[in-house]
Amino acid sequence: MDARFWLIQAFNGISYGALLFLVGSGLSLIFGVMRIVNLSHGSYFLLGGYVALSVIWSTGSWLLAIPVAAVTIALIGLAMERIFLRSLGFDPLRQVLLTVGFAFLFQQAALDIWTGNNFDINPPEALNRSVVLGGLYFPLYRVFMIGTALAIGIMLWLAMERTRMGAMVRATVDDAQMARGVGIDTSRVSMFIFALGAFLAALGGVIGGGFLSVYPGLDFEILPLAFAVVIIGGMGSLGGAAIGAVLVGLADNFGKALFPEISYFTLYAPMALILAVKPTGLFGRE
Amino acid sequence: MKHSIRRRLGSGLAAGGVALAASTAAMGQGQELRIGYVAPITGIFAQQGKDMVDGFQFYLDEVKNDFGGAKVQFIVEDEQGKPDTAVTKAKKLILQDKIHILVGGLLATTGYALAPVSTADKTVYVVPIAAADDLTQRDLAKYPYMVRTGWSSSQPSHPFGQWACEQGYKKIVTIGADYAFGHEVVGGFQRAFEACGGQIIQKIWPPLGAQDFGPFIPTIKQDADAIFSLMVGPMSLRFPKQLAASGNKKPVIGGGTSYDEFVLPSMGDEVLGHVSVLQYSAALDTPSNAEFVKRYRAKYGKVPSYYSESNYTTAQMIHKVIADNKGQFPGQEEFVKQLASLKIDTIRGPVSIDDMRNPVQNIYIKKVEKKKMFGYDKNELWNTVIKTYPNVNQFGQFKKDEFLASPVYSRDFPPCKHCN
Amino acid sequence: MTSQRTKVLAVVAALVAIAIVIPSTNSFVILLATRALAFAILVMSLDILLGYTGLPSLGQAAYLGVGAYLTAILATRYQFGLGYDFWLVILLGMLGGAALAAVFGLLAMRATGVYFLMITLALGQCVWGLAYRWNSLTGGDNGINLRVRPQFGLNLANEVTFFYLVLGFFAVSLLAMYVLVRSPFGRSLAGIRERELRMQILGYNTWLHKYIAFIIAGAFGGLSGVLWAHTAGIVSPENLVLTTSVDALLMAVLGGAGTLVGGVIGAFIVFGLREYLSTVVPWWQYVLGGVYVLTILYLPTGLMGIPARIRQRRARSKEAIEETKLASVPS
Repeated sequence: MDARFWLIQAFNGISYGALLFLVGSGLSLIFGVMRIVNLSHGSYFLLGGYVALSVIWSTGSWLLAIPVAAVTIALIGLAMERIFLRSLGFDPLRQVLLTVGFAFLFQQAALDIWTGNNFDINPPEALNRSVVLGGLYFPLYRVFMIGTALAIGIMLWLAMERTRMGAMVRATVDDAQMARGVGIDTSRVSMFIFALGAFLAALGGVIGGGFLSVYPGLDFEILPLAFAVVIIGGMGSLGGAAIGAVLVGLADNFGKALFPEISYFTLYAPMALILAVKPTGLFGRE
Repeated sequence: MKHSIRRRLGSGLAAGGVALAASTAAMGQGQELRIGYVAPITGIFAQQGKDMVDGFQFYLDEVKNDFGGAKVQFIVEDEQGKPDTAVTKAKKLILQDKIHILVGGLLATTGYALAPVSTADKTVYVVPIAAADDLTQRDLAKYPYMVRTGWSSSQPSHPFGQWACEQGYKKIVTIGADYAFGHEVVGGFQRAFEACGGQIIQKIWPPLGAQDFGPFIPTIKQDADAIFSLMVGPMSLRFPKQLAASGNKKPVIGGGTSYDEFVLPSMGDEVLGHVSVLQYSAALDTPSNAEFVKRYRAKYGKVPSYYSESNYTTAQMIHKVIADNKGQFPGQEEFVKQLASLKIDTIRGPVSIDDMRNPVQNIYIKKVEKKKMFGYDKNELWNTVIKTYPNVNQFGQFKKDEFLASPVYSRDFPPCKHCN
Repeated sequence: MTSQRTKVLAVVAALVAIAIVIPSTNSFVILLATRALAFAILVMSLDILLGYTGLPSLGQAAYLGVGAYLTAILATRYQFGLGYDFWLVILLGMLGGAALAAVFGLLAMRATGVYFLMITLALGQCVWGLAYRWNSLTGGDNGINLRVRPQFGLNLANEVTFFYLVLGFFAVSLLAMYVLVRSPFGRSLAGIRERELRMQILGYNTWLHKYIAFIIAGAFGGLSGVLWAHTAGIVSPENLVLTTSVDALLMAVLGGAGTLVGGVIGAFIVFGLREYLSTVVPWWQYVLGGVYVLTILYLPTGLMGIPARIRQRRARSKEAIEETKLASVPS
């Protein structure tokens, strides 16, 4: 276990964390703004991958697949929020159950539309190569994942800090009642954020699909990891989601490399402990 | 889904047809044979379940549901990938539909769950896929009504270990899904490889369903001559891809499920030259297999996987026994006895059943190649057979008594003497 | 009070009807009913938390798991619990569930609302992770086969006998929980659910009340697990996955939270869809998902809330009619 081992493991952990950031950041924003525990978030990830596959099969273009899949799923998220979630009002339990009901429906629909075969999303040939630095192989696709997450993260941060919509979102996260009081249309903010969350999850699904492949059950495999990101980072905090994603990516990576026998327990037990000590997560605000 | 609706309608009609069947039986026309099938139709294993059902149904369609005069009622139940649901569905088939033969179960755990049901309800249970070694080894006595028509997990591993020695590999690192099936496939390989002088120098166990192999690939010892992988489901797609991206230059060999036709069509060129082992390959170059592949593909739009072939063959075996009895179900004990002494030519080659009710069959060493086969005009990935070990039983080159005296393969058995 | 008596009578009548009707059906239906009853105990235990204390737990499968694995491990390793000692296993299962709840409660009780959902989810996943990976104890993915049901004068291998046993446990659990929620303790739980701060000011130790409720629910969850292990004769990590906990929640909400028997109705409906409808039509999962979504949208008080809603509506329309009558009276 020399420096090279630690270096490559850290790189792997961070690149996995980059993928988790894409899923987790959306979940975190949705939670922050709407206080909704969205159990269909994993379905958005999976459906994003499937829609991308359909686009690739019919047009052959991977580049086109990314925006089409993300926008399609964002529209589905939008419809779900407008038609179903909004009418529930604030009731965490019923929201959870409604989103899980949708997760079941999505699961069966995906099976009927795309069959249960395992598929792989093939990125352009250039991304399948590796760069060799000092005798270490760095797969370009992992570099690409890190780059995408960084770019999305910076764009989100700028949008939150510099735009009017961003200011409204931040105000709603801090105190929804107060935000309504000063004339912010929180309903529109919620709609926007829910669609954005679905967009990010689907984006993660397309990019993750080139790395994890696409298959039934992926939805409920990625969901607990996304929750771990949100819980550790703190709900509703973009920066928290970034740090949470890197921490989960690294913890998962080093946990499995160093203590493979107890890998699941080591993921969820710290999650429970963090919640017990600070229910809002490390960087969340009450 | 359309198929299953039709089947279910069929089974509804069947209830009314019992009396009729009884009268035709009296006329020496053979009876109605009710076969209950348990497979995951919904949930995350739905596609494997569909391949299994398709394989069986494909055979039934070919013989027009006629097993030597017996009219076959094929009743499929959805076990949803949960062992306890499999048990209740099996109970439904046995108690409500009064089936003669229970077939199915995908996961080893389902096999372990269904076998005791067959004992308790004295119903024949035929196992086409679930491969848990001990079903037909150390636990056999508990399941007098069970016969396996597929394989035991470590059966292909035994000749494969020997083959690895012949390639001149001295040191091998194994990386396998961390659950019973993975332990048994890897364990069998280790025993065989070390018996002919090889050394397993490291055993890596990623959890079942591992998404990122990033944590595991860098730990692979650099002095290994080859890497042995045992992947299942979507892991099979991810591992070779991530291994190639990490700059691996070592030869990669693996258990059958790592490269089965279930995932092979979705794989990329990174798997070219990888070698695996199983009792079936869709690229098996025999006239009967070529015929089978072409007809199956024309009907279902995909190359048959071992899930399909094993069920097709299972239907064929049941047919043979029923036909030998002139279309009559001969009773549970007799049926088990006859099925367990069967010798038959199948798509995968000649198969007989050993005295512990597990098949004795050819084991094929297969290399992934990109080529045209069976007259298809596109270059595709095929598991080309490069060597055949004929008539391999579940103990392979080992003595049965010694084999059964040692514990079942597990994470720590055989112990890794050459690790560290 | 008379309406309360009618309700109790209705439940007793329903139980008697079940006891008479079910055994005369075919054995598959009997097995399904047995499984639904065993699981219904878990749903009722969850209702103590959800409906009576206001704590929506997303990790209730953990307690079922403890009871079930305890039963399976004792039976297969030590041949314990297959005769009269079955009653000891029942007791141990309840103690096991309670002990786990006592530990988890310390952590979970620190959070409220949505955060309580999340922390119970994480705790439930911990237990699943152990069941899944701790091969030497739990058999990992293969799970554990029980093979035989206990025998002690009664032969439980007989589905009808076993059904009556589970029905008996179910009835006793229902009675015990009914007494509990109507006791002064249960009333203060309801008070906490409505207004925790007020109860604190009144001098109640609300934390302790909630903690005790959590432990009691864990104990009944353990009981449910012991019975569950013997229904199908197999215990596997599949029993502990997140969706099992979600199922229990859905059943409670579907029937009507805070009613105990509502959860039982929910359990029967979901089991009916999942294990019976699936033998009839292949698209059952759409029906199940649809039932969930529609229930949440249109039946916030669950099925048990329907009579009250109808009464309300009738009262309202009666009022409306009277108003129009009044309005039409010429002045």
